[in-house]
Amino acid sequence: MTAAIVGIGELKPVRRTTGRATLEMIAEVSRAAVFDAGLEPGQIDGLLVGPQVGETPQHVPATVCEYLGLHPSMSNVVDLGGASGAGMVWRAAVAIDAGMCETVLCVLANNREAVPPRSPNRNPIREFDVPFGASGANISYALLMQAHMSRFDIPPEDYASIAAWAQHNAQHNPDAIFYGKPATVDDVMASPMIASPLHLLEIVMPVAGGCAVIVTSEAHAKRLPQTPVMLLGAGEKLTHRAVSQAPSLTSGPLKPAMARAFHQSGSTADEMDLLSLYDCYTIMVATTIEDAGLCPPGAFGQWLRGRNLGFDGDTPLNTHGGQLGFGQPDLAGGMTHLVEAVRQLRSNTEGRQIRNAKRALVTGNGATMSEATALVLGAAQ
Amino acid sequence: MTDALKNLTVPGPTMIALTEPFWQAVESGRLTVQKCNGCGHHIFYPRALCPHCWSNDLSWVEAAGTGTLKSFSQVHRPAHPGWVPAAGYIVGLVVLTEGPTMLSLILPHGDQAVNVGDAVRMHPTNVGGRMLPVFKTTPDMENLEDAP
Repeated sequence: MTAAIVGIGELKPVRRTTGRATLEMIAEVSRAAVFDAGLEPGQIDGLLVGPQVGETPQHVPATVCEYLGLHPSMSNVVDLGGASGAGMVWRAAVAIDAGMCETVLCVLANNREAVPPRSPNRNPIREFDVPFGASGANISYALLMQAHMSRFDIPPEDYASIAAWAQHNAQHNPDAIFYGKPATVDDVMASPMIASPLHLLEIVMPVAGGCAVIVTSEAHAKRLPQTPVMLLGAGEKLTHRAVSQAPSLTSGPLKPAMARAFHQSGSTADEMDLLSLYDCYTIMVATTIEDAGLCPPGAFGQWLRGRNLGFDGDTPLNTHGGQLGFGQPDLAGGMTHLVEAVRQLRSNTEGRQIRNAKRALVTGNGATMSEATALVLGAAQ
Repeated sequence: MTDALKNLTVPGPTMIALTEPFWQAVESGRLTVQKCNGCGHHIFYPRALCPHCWSNDLSWVEAAGTGTLKSFSQVHRPAHPGWVPAAGYIVGLVVLTEGPTMLSLILPHGDQAVNVGDAVRMHPTNVGGRMLPVFKTTPDMENLEDAP
């Protein structure tokens, strides 16, 4: 599996949209990515999209390709929640390797209207979790965090420090929703308790936005203007949907997914110049640091102490602010970690460039620590 | 708390033919789970096949209605508006004595704090007009004398 990321697009997140369709935002961010790659729209012959609750429940690829005037020879929906963006990249690479297409547009975007779209569920989580008052992701991650906290006897400030670092890094990204609004560990701890032990500032803020990347063959990448970013390894794992069915509450499917990505790329977690880690909640980063093997289980707090997670620090982590600092544009939230990794490895961030960035780990996570994708990306040689 | 739960306007279980025996048992105050006649595992939630060995030879069996708390969260800001009047309620993951884990509402014993590892017992409760297999923490051994 060899492929290159040659174009990126990202919309500045906003809290609300008024009368905007998801399709419009998909078009806007796709245009940005295709032009960034120096391509003509007609050169896109693969299309990967996400599910669209409330707008296009079925036939999403056909609807998007019709809207954009594309005629792809490979398309699909990637439905892995926050892992969808990373999941698209290796699927694109495999389709290119198999000769089904040469250049794939991977795109996720969402509006955020006053009345949110809902699709009625008729599945086990609706029957056996919702009736007990367990609607929404906050409670699931609160249960994961309480289990982690109790098992390893970790002070709540250790989790809060992850949010404080995200807010710190967001101060270097003018597009971030928390730009100009830094928060300390004390601020995080003083923010309202939503579902114990999760405080408000340990939870991503939902926003409207979008991300897109263009994946193409190594050969084609050489003829394009942007410095390509190479896909060096990928891994994926799914284990459950509802938190009650999770095989473990303190380690997740990212552990085997990252192990595969590291193995394929011939690298280790310690060799990464950027950790671009999915952060819907602080607990997700804590578990990912431990699952990556950067420290033993339960030791993320000690690992964090004394480190600098800024772009100019010893351990750059989520230099765009993460979703905790940038905002979570629904499924595209996971793709912000990918887009930032590409920017850093191309050395074209504005005011937050990691010196000599060669390798990045990108993680995606969906549902209740249920579905996981990890990518190792490398700068062009 | 019990009256507050009874008067909630919240979504109830979306039962299907396969899961009906479970909910019927709850109505009569009993907890039942499936047991696989192939590999012997107990299964929850009810399924069309055993997720361990894929046998479709499953039986309904009576569960003890006891377990331990694997994790919990006190919900101050419920995502579903119907639950707002009960804000501060506790949701937990109960490892049943038979093995599988189920999510449920957790009622604390008196004013005792809830902790991971607490023993819990089923306490069928009317939530929004329907009986649900809610669980209650059981008192510490030394406090048994004081239990109501």
